[in-house]
Amino acid sequence: MNAKGPVFKYGDNIDTDVIIPARYLNTQSAAELASHCMEDIDKTFITRVKQGDLMVGGENFGCGSSREHAPVAIKAAGISCVIAKSFARIFYRNAINIGLPILECPAASEAINEGDIVSVNFDTGVITDETTGQIFQAAPFPEFIQNIIKQGGLMNSLKD
Amino acid sequence: MGMTMTQKILAAHCGEAAVTAGQLINAKLDIVLGNDITTPVAINEFEKAGFDSVFDRTRVNIVLDHFVPNKDIKSATQSKQCRQFADKYDILNFYDVGQMGVEHALLPEKGIVTAGDCIIGADSHTCTYGAVGAFSTGVGSTDMAAGMAKGVAWFKVPAAIKVELTGAIQRPVTGKDVILHLIGKIGVSGALYKSLEFTGEGVKSLTMEDRLCICNMAIEAGAKNGIFPVDEITEAYLKGRSQRTWVKYEADPDAEYERTVTIDLTTLEPTVSYPHLPENTHLAKEGKDIKIDQIVIGSCTNGRIEDMQAAYEVLKGKHIAKGVRGIIIPATMAVYKECILRGYTEAFIDAGCIVSTPTCGPCLGGYMGILAAGERCVSTTNRNFVGRMGHVDSEVYLASPATAAASALTGYITDPREV
Repeated sequence: MNAKGPVFKYGDNIDTDVIIPARYLNTQSAAELASHCMEDIDKTFITRVKQGDLMVGGENFGCGSSREHAPVAIKAAGISCVIAKSFARIFYRNAINIGLPILECPAASEAINEGDIVSVNFDTGVITDETTGQIFQAAPFPEFIQNIIKQGGLMNSLKD
Repeated sequence: MGMTMTQKILAAHCGEAAVTAGQLINAKLDIVLGNDITTPVAINEFEKAGFDSVFDRTRVNIVLDHFVPNKDIKSATQSKQCRQFADKYDILNFYDVGQMGVEHALLPEKGIVTAGDCIIGADSHTCTYGAVGAFSTGVGSTDMAAGMAKGVAWFKVPAAIKVELTGAIQRPVTGKDVILHLIGKIGVSGALYKSLEFTGEGVKSLTMEDRLCICNMAIEAGAKNGIFPVDEITEAYLKGRSQRTWVKYEADPDAEYERTVTIDLTTLEPTVSYPHLPENTHLAKEGKDIKIDQIVIGSCTNGRIEDMQAAYEVLKGKHIAKGVRGIIIPATMAVYKECILRGYTEAFIDAGCIVSTPTCGPCLGGYMGILAAGERCVSTTNRNFVGRMGHVDSEVYLASPATAAASALTGYITDPREV
């Protein structure tokens, strides 16, 4: 499985309140959530994002509330992968559980620029910035977590 | 090597004699919790996966608190979905309007959570219950769905930060000032993925309300959980309240901590977190030039009776400044009733404040106190992110109930020792 596309870049401590503001948590519709994704810090994100694009954040990406609506909104907006220096732990769990690919890679988070074309190989964890030619290696998921992903998410993994 | 208190509870719940930091485990859950925002998503996952029973109807808790009494048709629809699910599976601890409270104030008050428990809740402030000596952490809705179905959750055993509390707290300084100070010191990602293990001689000067407030905001330092040792104060709180027999775990003397942070409680002063991160801390006495439009006293962080008492001590017989809106929200029906019985409600109304039935409402910008562009609020809640309480150009200043009340009186950020 791979991803390739242009990057939307954000800073440190991107919290779930800006990913999807709580005023929209009265719905569970992924499409409706996606239509408000990032609007409090980037009003034009949702008009510019296309299916398969990537998002790059800094430290503590997804901090704040436990709302699963946050990774759901990012995924439904079309984002194929989020790369960050580090993720807040509940966001990390939620992304795995709902099948939004995420990679922790401080070097890539530092070097990749807004708009760069980046490709990701999920099997190897290799991230390539095709605009600058730089190559980065993200830490692979532990086997325990890879098994959850392979089985199609947490709920499917419970069925055995 | 020894284990921390968190590691001991996790080991006991995954059937291992010992666990070590970084180990991935499946742990048995004592309590699974959700609210009116997160439970509907969990119900959808539960049903989509084809489950037709919960692991234990007495261990699943659903509290309608975020948008209730319902603020609009969509939130009413989500509450209705929770209600129907609770009815279908005969959920024992389902709390609707009239019985509900803000979940993390309600569950300890009812004795539903107790020492030694392993708890997940689909709400990030589930870490509150570390105050009673439980391992308790926030998760998402899919984890809640899995927890409801199977009574287990996967965890990475956290490494630990020891928070050594020395000295003794000097009132009107409270647990809120302690946790804001700590977050200011280590940062909003200072405890990422780790447990915050509070210890030291200063612990005995902290009430249960202080400890609940401190653990509540462990997540704002990125922590997986915060936890206090079980002492006489904890046991006095649990006695006659805890619905189950509790187990007291203690850290081994040779437990491993990644680092130790020491806080001398004696030296702490009323503290305020400025926009837009909880780590942006300042002393309340330095905020005299910051004019405010609103205060909010309440939430899972500071909506307990001791918090109401602190607000009452400042507001009684006085009136809030012209142009300031005072919103006070006791966190549970029991706290609400106690405010009436003690005369706090009358004093709050006479001071020019409103007193609402329990809701999370304004804390997350849901309703009941939304801010317009350019407005400032001193709030006893837990987050001051961009747009958290309303317009993206509004500002939230986090503080204790005493500081919020004092600020309401003057119309500017004010140290409660100065009113």
